[in-house]
Amino acid sequence: MEKKTCLYDRHVALGALMSPFGGFIMPIQYTNITEEHHSVRQHCGVFDVSHMGEVRVTGPDAERYVNHIFTNDVTAAPTGQIYYGMMLYADGGTVDDLLVYKMGENDFFLVINAANISKDVAWMQQQIQGFDIRFEHQSDYYGQLAVQGPEAEAVVEEVLGLPCKELKFYTAKTLDVAEGNEGETIIISRTGYTGEDGFEIYGSHAFTQQAWDKLIESGRCKPCGLGCRDTLRFEVGLPLYGDELGPEISPVMAGLSMFCKLDKPEFIGKEALVEQKAEGVPQKLVGIELADKAIPRHGYSVLSPEGEVIGEVTTGYHCLSVDKSVCMALIKTEYAKLGTEVQVQIRKKTFPGVVVKKKFYDKHYKKN
Amino acid sequence: MAKFEEGLRYSESHEYVRVEGEYGYIGISDYAQHALGNVVYVDMPEVDDEVTAGEEFGAVESVKAASDLIAPVSGTVVEVNEALEDEPELLNQDAFTNWIIKVQLSDPAELDALMDVEAYKAHCEEN
Repeated sequence: MEKKTCLYDRHVALGALMSPFGGFIMPIQYTNITEEHHSVRQHCGVFDVSHMGEVRVTGPDAERYVNHIFTNDVTAAPTGQIYYGMMLYADGGTVDDLLVYKMGENDFFLVINAANISKDVAWMQQQIQGFDIRFEHQSDYYGQLAVQGPEAEAVVEEVLGLPCKELKFYTAKTLDVAEGNEGETIIISRTGYTGEDGFEIYGSHAFTQQAWDKLIESGRCKPCGLGCRDTLRFEVGLPLYGDELGPEISPVMAGLSMFCKLDKPEFIGKEALVEQKAEGVPQKLVGIELADKAIPRHGYSVLSPEGEVIGEVTTGYHCLSVDKSVCMALIKTEYAKLGTEVQVQIRKKTFPGVVVKKKFYDKHYKKN
Repeated sequence: MAKFEEGLRYSESHEYVRVEGEYGYIGISDYAQHALGNVVYVDMPEVDDEVTAGEEFGAVESVKAASDLIAPVSGTVVEVNEALEDEPELLNQDAFTNWIIKVQLSDPAELDALMDVEAYKAHCEEN
């Protein structure tokens, strides 16, 4: 039985197509994916991402603990800074990819994928021994909205009344608000999963519902489902756990080494990554562009020009922002060089393609 | 709301056949194009290919997913609707005018196993 987010009734009232995702029943689209996709690229869209999981780690050893389980480096991080990275198994396979928010001295807020919540929390708790920390699983408390698009800053400031202009890319702050549970403290960050400027806002269910209603009633922000969340993140080359990352896919294979700080004294999985960097990996994640309009989908085979199976498509679409059929695929390293000719098997036919950068559309982040 | 056209034969998987003499025009129903959403690609067989009732002969793709096309009748493909190669969205605009393939029917008795418009309407309402 799937869980519902605190906005479930609102999605149904808006006529959303609802479908299971990551243990939740989530809105896939309200009108159609293409329209919602372009509204985020051109104006502003709001996503219910309350299915995401949250964990708070505090206490004397919090920084040391986070550095132990996380590939990025949070040592002496400034308050408000956010880091993207992974949690790894000892063999370098990925437990999950996540954001870590530095909220204060020895105070971290971790945001994990919905589908992995119970697995992650169990794994994180197993690693606590030897660390003096307080570990709070807060997924049931927090709702989360993602307001994304070039007009997001104006919408968040003017419709929600939350000051966010000063917030730099990948930073967060807390705000005391009068809404929600008769006043509460929310977290807002300049982050997202669309390749556009935007904000993610974490608050109680009551706050999340009130903020959602204001955004929808304003007419300045289109409700957007997980369908376009996937096409948006795919186009700008952002990975999705389960497609581009998994227990069998390390960050080195996925091309995410820049988020793994091998100069840190230690983290779980470090030795495996050092070895993978030194000896190479058998498979790598690449982009493939097809000449034809046929669409490569998750799980379809990638073939060499001679017809040998060399890998699998992880995500593919007919790209909405640039009119091309493209995919990300995990293929044998010897074929991973840019410009290499490959083929993709789509139903009964094979289609020629070429290995390209796995970013099909440029990000439009506001960095200052 | 979905439109239904009289005089066609419909399959449970939402394909239709419009019979003209020894030929059948095969497409997807208006109900099906509604359910799919924006069609972005139509994978069609080639002229002279054989299609078999109940078997896949191509696919219609929306942004999110590919749906197989199942042949409602058997026959030889004599024409494919080439307009769909460049404008797959024609299926969304008018699924009944924009047939996908034209076949020479090899066993017209197969038509009896398909639904008329009333039976097909009832089938859609059940879903």
